[in-house]
Amino acid sequence: MNNVQHMTRLVVGVLGLALLGLLAQVVLQSYPLRVFMVMGISVIFVTSLGLSNGFTGVFSLGHPGFIAIGAYVSGILTMGMEKKLLYLPDLPAWLSGIELNFLSATLIAGAVAAFIAWTVGIVLMRLSGNYVSVATLGLMIIINVVIVNAETFTRGSRTFTGIPAHTNIWWVLGWVGVALFVLGRVAYSSIGRAMRATREDVIAAQAMGIDVLPVRLIGFTVGAFFAGVGGALYGHYLVSFSPTTFYLAMMITQLTMLVLGGQNSLTGAVLGVVVVSILSEVLRNLERGFSIGGWQFLEMFGASQILLGLIFILVMVFRPQGILGSYELSFFQPRNQLRGD
Amino acid sequence: MTNLEYILQQIINALSIGGLYALIAVGLSIVFSILRLTNFAHGDMMMIGAYGTILANQAGLPFELAVCGGVFVACIIGIIIERVAYRPVRGATEVTTLLTSVALTYILENLGILLFTSSPRNFPLPFWLDGMVKTPFESLSLNYITVLTLATTLLALIFLGWFVKYTRTGLSMRAVAEDLTAAYLMGIDVNRVIVIAFVLASGFAGLAGVLWAAQAGVVEPLMGFTPLLKAFIAAIIGGFGSIPGALLGGFVLGGLEVLIQGLPADWGLSPYRDALVFLLLIFFLLFRPNGLLGVKTEVKL
Repeated sequence: MNNVQHMTRLVVGVLGLALLGLLAQVVLQSYPLRVFMVMGISVIFVTSLGLSNGFTGVFSLGHPGFIAIGAYVSGILTMGMEKKLLYLPDLPAWLSGIELNFLSATLIAGAVAAFIAWTVGIVLMRLSGNYVSVATLGLMIIINVVIVNAETFTRGSRTFTGIPAHTNIWWVLGWVGVALFVLGRVAYSSIGRAMRATREDVIAAQAMGIDVLPVRLIGFTVGAFFAGVGGALYGHYLVSFSPTTFYLAMMITQLTMLVLGGQNSLTGAVLGVVVVSILSEVLRNLERGFSIGGWQFLEMFGASQILLGLIFILVMVFRPQGILGSYELSFFQPRNQLRGD
Repeated sequence: MTNLEYILQQIINALSIGGLYALIAVGLSIVFSILRLTNFAHGDMMMIGAYGTILANQAGLPFELAVCGGVFVACIIGIIIERVAYRPVRGATEVTTLLTSVALTYILENLGILLFTSSPRNFPLPFWLDGMVKTPFESLSLNYITVLTLATTLLALIFLGWFVKYTRTGLSMRAVAEDLTAAYLMGIDVNRVIVIAFVLASGFAGLAGVLWAAQAGVVEPLMGFTPLLKAFIAAIIGGFGSIPGALLGGFVLGGLEVLIQGLPADWGLSPYRDALVFLLLIFFLLFRPNGLLGVKTEVKL
């Protein structure tokens, strides 16, 4: 593919996102607009999770940990000074005296998450199979315990609040664009090819001269960077949250999205987010109770989660590769290349 | 409290929590050794056992029978989830089966919330369990529940050891764990063995759930998750897939937790207990992935 085509694609992508944002702002009411924003943030979460879990085959369960790091870091950095005195009175001077703008706070949030992923990844990425899943789950719990105990910075298990509501549809769509662009570039580069090779067969990949550790580490770190960025966006969207926001329920929702859409493709991850978000929105309304032809169904809290879980299992049984498998829109592939799937 | 009493007390605490971890971890290990399945839904059998006991008790059964009822329900649910969820994904990759079990946990826990609400319920204890054992040491606190936990755990583990070692089914179980296909070709009914493994594992977890609830005094739908994670650590420390390993791992973990809890307060480490034990897990996965007692597995090309 030549440069002109490449530029065209980039322009089309940017224009498409801009159009989507305008459309959403004009058409959607305040509540659906919020759902749409969460969907966008979830796209960042799930596509970044897909890079490590789907492309490198290192199935991490620790993503909510990095999201939490992003949310807390950016929350601390952007909180107004008077609010800091109120909510985080014991903050050290170098933190209580600063109040950053949203963009730099988001970037720092992503960088901190990526740095932590890099350092623990050097150790964790040596594991494979279900061991790496259990270990990354452990990492998520360690991060949770640290957040609960670091009360000076995080208010412990109490609600972390006082964060400015910076997140709007343009920030979300802008970061969605950046995330999809970068993830696409990484996933369909020579490193991306090495990632898929190590996923399919570690020993064969090594025999072909691929150094497994750095390849996995890049996937894990880039994924964590966008988890941190998405966490910052999510934090400034929620305005107040607690450590339990970034725990098991979040992990399962994201896994369902990723697995349903197809973890070996970015298109699949986006599709999974859209399907699961719409589905859970519909189910959430049904949960409050409804009536069909005289039959009155009472409120059933938890029923939507049960149905999501069932869908998850059905996908695992009948289509473990997800709806799209490894099909990818050519839009995400920067260069024409053999994908080797 | 004298030094001796303090040490004795800590040992009792370590044994009672370690025994529970061991009871949960053996179930994980049995299932893992046969199916290479990391079974997250195992912890929810604790919840099922405990709620089953409450329901049976409310239905009029005396406590002792209600416990059997609860454990029985856990076994039945174990059989059902094996049939409907795990059998269809048998032979799929480790990650696929692991994810299936994660989804199952999610379903079971939310089912628990739907049926019993998420607020904790009191666990009904018969009056004869409500008391302290008289010991020569005055300040030593040893209640009947702790003694019962220790005794039940010990009995259950002895039963398991006997079952696996001296019965025909136990022998087939070990054969299937060694090599599923070869065992199948030798005429062993693999499906039957797997069902029995799930019955054992779920029953043990159900029993652990009852004992856990008896110690905590309350039952809630999410009660199984933290013990399950601890049991993972125990099983992996001991050597995932090995029954003696799971026992050893359970008691080692129980001892370590009590030790961390007992560290001087000004070190500030005790609130980080769960983080520390998970660090230990990661350490083990890196440097001794086969655990203390596990056998080394070779990679076949």
